[in-house]
Amino acid sequence: MVKLGFSIGDLHFKNPVLTASGTFGYGAEFDDFFDVSRLGGIVVKGTTLEPREGNMYPRMAETPSGMLNAVGLQNKGIDYFEKSIYPRLKGYDTNVIVNINGSYVDDYVTLAGRIDKLNKIPAIELNISCPNVKMGGMAFGTNLESAREVTRKVRAVYSKILIVKLSPNVTNIVDFARVVEEEGADSISLINTLLGMSVDVKRMKPSLSTITGGLSGPAIKPVALRMVWQVAKAVSIPVIGMGGIMTASDALEFILAGASAVQVGTASFINPRCSIEILDGIEKYLVEKKFADIKEIVGYINHID
Amino acid sequence: MSKRIEDLKVLENKRLTNDIFLLELLAADKLPDFKPGQFVQVRVDGSPETFLRRPISIHDVDYERNTFKLMIQIAGKGTSALSDLGRGDFVNLIYPLGNSFSLPAVSNKVLLVGGGCGVAPLLFLGKYLRSNGYVPDVLLGFRNKKRIIEYREYLKIGNVFLTTEDGSEGEKGYVTDHSIFSAGHYDKIYCCGPDSMMKAIAGYCKKIGISCEVSLENLMACGIGACLCCIVDTVNGNLCSCTDGPVFDIKDLKW
Repeated sequence: MVKLGFSIGDLHFKNPVLTASGTFGYGAEFDDFFDVSRLGGIVVKGTTLEPREGNMYPRMAETPSGMLNAVGLQNKGIDYFEKSIYPRLKGYDTNVIVNINGSYVDDYVTLAGRIDKLNKIPAIELNISCPNVKMGGMAFGTNLESAREVTRKVRAVYSKILIVKLSPNVTNIVDFARVVEEEGADSISLINTLLGMSVDVKRMKPSLSTITGGLSGPAIKPVALRMVWQVAKAVSIPVIGMGGIMTASDALEFILAGASAVQVGTASFINPRCSIEILDGIEKYLVEKKFADIKEIVGYINHID
Repeated sequence: MSKRIEDLKVLENKRLTNDIFLLELLAADKLPDFKPGQFVQVRVDGSPETFLRRPISIHDVDYERNTFKLMIQIAGKGTSALSDLGRGDFVNLIYPLGNSFSLPAVSNKVLLVGGGCGVAPLLFLGKYLRSNGYVPDVLLGFRNKKRIIEYREYLKIGNVFLTTEDGSEGEKGYVTDHSIFSAGHYDKIYCCGPDSMMKAIAGYCKKIGISCEVSLENLMACGIGACLCCIVDTVNGNLCSCTDGPVFDIKDLKW
């Protein structure tokens, strides 16, 4: 048996394949396709204090090897999450992580404090990188002092595992990684979507109602991989890599570059079984390469001369 | 009903007009019970430009032969690639997806209204209604005579009325211009076609106070309610056309 598990602080994950926030609903959407409990973890849809309707239609555009989205954190808010979603999530035998978002630092603090009380949620992912909201979101993740402040204040009220999700829309991502590590993040996940846009030439107008949106899919993978590699070398906390992962080979690229785990995102839209197929593929790779433990290959390319 | 992801074999690819074709697909395992109005997500292989699946409504089902048909209009690179599929090819589908048209009240007089390739889901709906004891009328609108598709199939449902925009067959004009609206009274209308057509039919139904369901075709990524991209602005907030739809009662839409 190959060892696939990894830990963030004292939180154990049975394997390194998680699903990315906003691409996996609350898990139930995928129950028909595979046993969701087999995953290392699921990061559920971005949650805010208040219910949000998100942006107007159209909020999606297909692009070469990817897609733009401008969903804008549509969700029913924390009250509904606690009352109606959380009871259903408790059935999964995997780490269920809540991605939290706010317009103000206080929103994040309040959310973190409330989710801290939910026994079956062992970690939060602090989303300071959503490009599709007018206030907050990426604004926190593209300004070093804001990133520092929100991480520090959430850390002060949140006792469990704190993952901070970084935005790629910055000049030097390593600066942000270092700041959130200094302020007590237990792990860093990256990358969120890259800010992009598309124009509908036939209709002569922007493809998205918001004009700009977040680019995801294989188109962003080389950028994501470069950033994960940079960050993994710069910090000592575990890094969760994501961005355009479609296959086990893609996931292994991130792991070999230094990611302790990966999140599968947009790929689940095309193949709902993608995350579990990636997990099986990683295990097969380790067996074939005769590694007993996935930890042996985390950052492998950085250890060779 | 459980959703599946599966490779299906193409039994036939039949060209109906210059830009509409009919795919007949054979499932290896026993077909699930489809509901009228449901759709499938078709994977388009072979090009990085067609990254996402294409949502296509179920046109006709043959449980005995374990096959079903998709009527597809070539609208871009994805559907164009699908039009090249040939007999014996395999195509990957996620299905069945979405809600369904609801059954009308027992005594209801029912009309199905379709326009262009939007007639697709109405054949399966019509046959379903027939098997449940209804004899619906069918009103189909096309641009011209050459673009009339599957007319004989719709005759199996009930009376079929036609309009063409140029008057080359049936009554001249749009479906909403057809004389059956002044002659007959209907209790329920099911409609699928271009947005402008569905909105016109919805307007008519609202005006005379009858029930109407429409099938929407929004841009979609996942098809299973995970991405929240295909939203419809409803009186109950933004809903996913893939899971809360594609069929909506017009009283829930902000039309």
